[in-house]
Amino acid sequence: MKRFAQLYEALDATTRVLPKVAALKAYFEDAPERDRLWTVALLSGRRPKRTVNATFLREWAARAAGIPLWLFEESYPIVGDLAETIQLVLPDPSRTADLTLSGWIDRIRALAALPEAERRADVLDAWDTLGGTERFLFNKLITGQLRVGVSQKLMSRALAQATGIEEAEIAHRLMGRWAPDDVTWDALILTPDPSADLSRPYPFYLAYQLDDPPEGLGDPAAWRAEHKWDGIRGQLVRRGGEHHLWSRGEELITDRFPEMAATRDFVPDGTVIDGEVLAWDHEAGAPLPFARLQTRIGRKTVPKKLLQEAPAVLRAYDVLEWQGRDVRARPFDERRAILEGLMEGVPKDAPLDLSRLLAFEGWDDLAAIRAGSRALGAEGVMLKRGDSPYRDGRRKGDWWKWKVDPLTVDAVMIYAQQGHGRRAGLFTDFTFAVWNGDELTPFAKAYSGLTDEEFRRITAWVRRNTLERYGPVRAVRPHHVFEIGFEGIQASPRHKSGVALRFPRMLRWRHDKPIAEANTLGDLKEMLAAYG
Amino acid sequence: MADVLRFTERGIHCPAGDFFIDPWRPVDRALVTHGHADHAHDGMGRYLATEAALPVMRHRLGPEAVLEGIAYGERRRIGGATVSFHPAGHVPGSAQIRVEVGGEVWVASGDYKTAPDGLSEPFEPVRCHAFITESTFGLPVFKWRPFEEENAAIDAWWRAAAADGRPAVVGAYALGKAQRILASVDASIGPILTHGAVENTNAVMRAQGIRLPDTIRVTPETRIKDHPGALVVATPSAMGGPWMRRFPQAATAFASGWMAMRGVRRRRAADKGFVMSDHADWPGLNEAVAATGATRVFVTHGYTSIFARWLREQGYDARPVETEYEGETLDSPDPGTAEDAA
Repeated sequence: MKRFAQLYEALDATTRVLPKVAALKAYFEDAPERDRLWTVALLSGRRPKRTVNATFLREWAARAAGIPLWLFEESYPIVGDLAETIQLVLPDPSRTADLTLSGWIDRIRALAALPEAERRADVLDAWDTLGGTERFLFNKLITGQLRVGVSQKLMSRALAQATGIEEAEIAHRLMGRWAPDDVTWDALILTPDPSADLSRPYPFYLAYQLDDPPEGLGDPAAWRAEHKWDGIRGQLVRRGGEHHLWSRGEELITDRFPEMAATRDFVPDGTVIDGEVLAWDHEAGAPLPFARLQTRIGRKTVPKKLLQEAPAVLRAYDVLEWQGRDVRARPFDERRAILEGLMEGVPKDAPLDLSRLLAFEGWDDLAAIRAGSRALGAEGVMLKRGDSPYRDGRRKGDWWKWKVDPLTVDAVMIYAQQGHGRRAGLFTDFTFAVWNGDELTPFAKAYSGLTDEEFRRITAWVRRNTLERYGPVRAVRPHHVFEIGFEGIQASPRHKSGVALRFPRMLRWRHDKPIAEANTLGDLKEMLAAYG
Repeated sequence: MADVLRFTERGIHCPAGDFFIDPWRPVDRALVTHGHADHAHDGMGRYLATEAALPVMRHRLGPEAVLEGIAYGERRRIGGATVSFHPAGHVPGSAQIRVEVGGEVWVASGDYKTAPDGLSEPFEPVRCHAFITESTFGLPVFKWRPFEEENAAIDAWWRAAAADGRPAVVGAYALGKAQRILASVDASIGPILTHGAVENTNAVMRAQGIRLPDTIRVTPETRIKDHPGALVVATPSAMGGPWMRRFPQAATAFASGWMAMRGVRRRRAADKGFVMSDHADWPGLNEAVAATGATRVFVTHGYTSIFARWLREQGYDARPVETEYEGETLDSPDPGTAEDAA
């Protein structure tokens, strides 16, 4: 575990790419094989399940630390992390142990089968054996929550450097279903059998937001455009008579969208399609609001009623595999021709639909199309170079997303709460209100969009302008107006304002605006009518 | 018995002596625990502070301020009150102020830490009936290591950066923390450069006889290439700004008690966090309160309501009080200061 803790500290200590890759490469070159496999698994989100209930852990830790439970519970939100809170409140370990990462994982997985008293004794024993980062990592592992600040891309790069295998190839080998117990380093990384996993998806190609005007992209004729649909990015894998649907988070979601089984009838084996899963209005031939898709996302099994209320389609963007061959390296235009050919045979009521290319003459023309996106249920437009390959991960250059500007309202800050974790000690979580007659009605919470300096200033102001305290929440004097941006608005009977916003955040601190000039609930209702 | 001290909108007031301790609004007579800006505000009619705290206060409050010094332990009568100043271990010259009226003793401790730091006069417990304590780090997650360990870690980090051909830039308060680091590092590793705000305080402290290693003030003309293997001691706020542009490729670190929390370390985007505070940790706060023998405890700045509740469960008559003290923050050159000194 020491070696893994060192790696974790090195990765955690920097935001720069080169030292992260160097630390990973060194680790992959000399760590024991099972530890390497587990590290790849952990860094790609394949975490062991939680083996101990968090409530138990809090009670055990508080007792071991000699503090009342309430004091532990008060400390936890300030630290912002359960594993770290436990690490910090416990006394220093009295012993040491020399167990590897995979040895600890075995021990942690064995906990699940133990009766509670033994499980508790074993966890207390581990706490008394591990100190510092090792104790923190142990806690992360037993709660099933270990996350490391390394993207798949960086890990693939480090593995490529350590093994001499091409980075894109490594990225692909790591996709899909595998578990450290069932594979060897050789079979996973070095010489995998291509038929071993028929469900394996390709790494998604993700675009960056276009912040500069599109004129900088050069000749518009070199670019293709389509709408950016607002659903869940998905990949449909058709191989060996089966079909599999993957989300962008590399989660297998086949069972959540049973309607996709119908795609077997017209998508031939040896095909992989990249697209957007959308809740679909088959009559109108248009997407339903994202809120409808949300009713489906969390459900592992889908009742019939929901299948009728919010049927899903995959709106196809691209084809990555065709006739059993990886076609990602071929130009977009060629892949698009294959996709359009494939879609010709697909009936209109099928759960598969084509994302149309947008015809545009020049950038002004496209800007006008983009401006109308929201009315169509799209978030903006995507720009893809006609000669671009399908790359892996988030990369600049060939693809851009060009989202519409957010909706905005000017709102009054009325409650403030301290942040936790990386923002402990600052007031960063605010509740905003709009006018409803003479009253201020809260309608949104936001906690991002200000600079550290602005958070520091507002924190000092909140301390001096608190009217009342409700636990950690402070009611503050209505005085500051902020421009709140959001991506969508929907009706919500659960909220006092009657609306719920999507991705609200602070765009600007409007020092120039008195609170009397903030927007009204009527303004929000108008937006709801237009875009809800 | 009447309260020896009262918490008012201007600061902590002593009715019997008609003076204030660490007031934040203008008053005639201020007794000041130490020179940090959230305790030593300007605009007071006259000030009383320890002799060791006076030079920094003079530097910060200007030549017009009316300052008077007092030795640690010296008793002085003010109206119906007897006052004395006792080491608080926070920064050089820092004090707890003991106020006695008719046999009732109250102590206002300002900012303090109980563990030695190798530079400040060590904390001295003072017996009292009522104790006013800070609670900046008043949670059981805060436990400091002995200062020698953290000092050794700073030396090791500096050495590694120097071997790598990179400057090592550490952010620390201009008054106290910076000098604590300067006084403890192994100056044989390389040259030491300082931010202007740090160097101004260095000059004041050297003049009063505090021994610090040789340092070089960073100016617009400073070229880091001329100082290979350097340690640069900066203020926390300078580290986030354009001032840092002159040290490309630098290894960066912050020295603060907040560095105990991973989330805060990451927010600062520094390579390294040294857990080093001039405030008491959880065990320190508890030891300090116990050592006073006080039955009444007033908890100021920090995790006030949590620490007060904990103390009540331990049998104290404890309650939080609102003040304008700031404790340790991460974004100012010093507590209570918004802008950098030139």
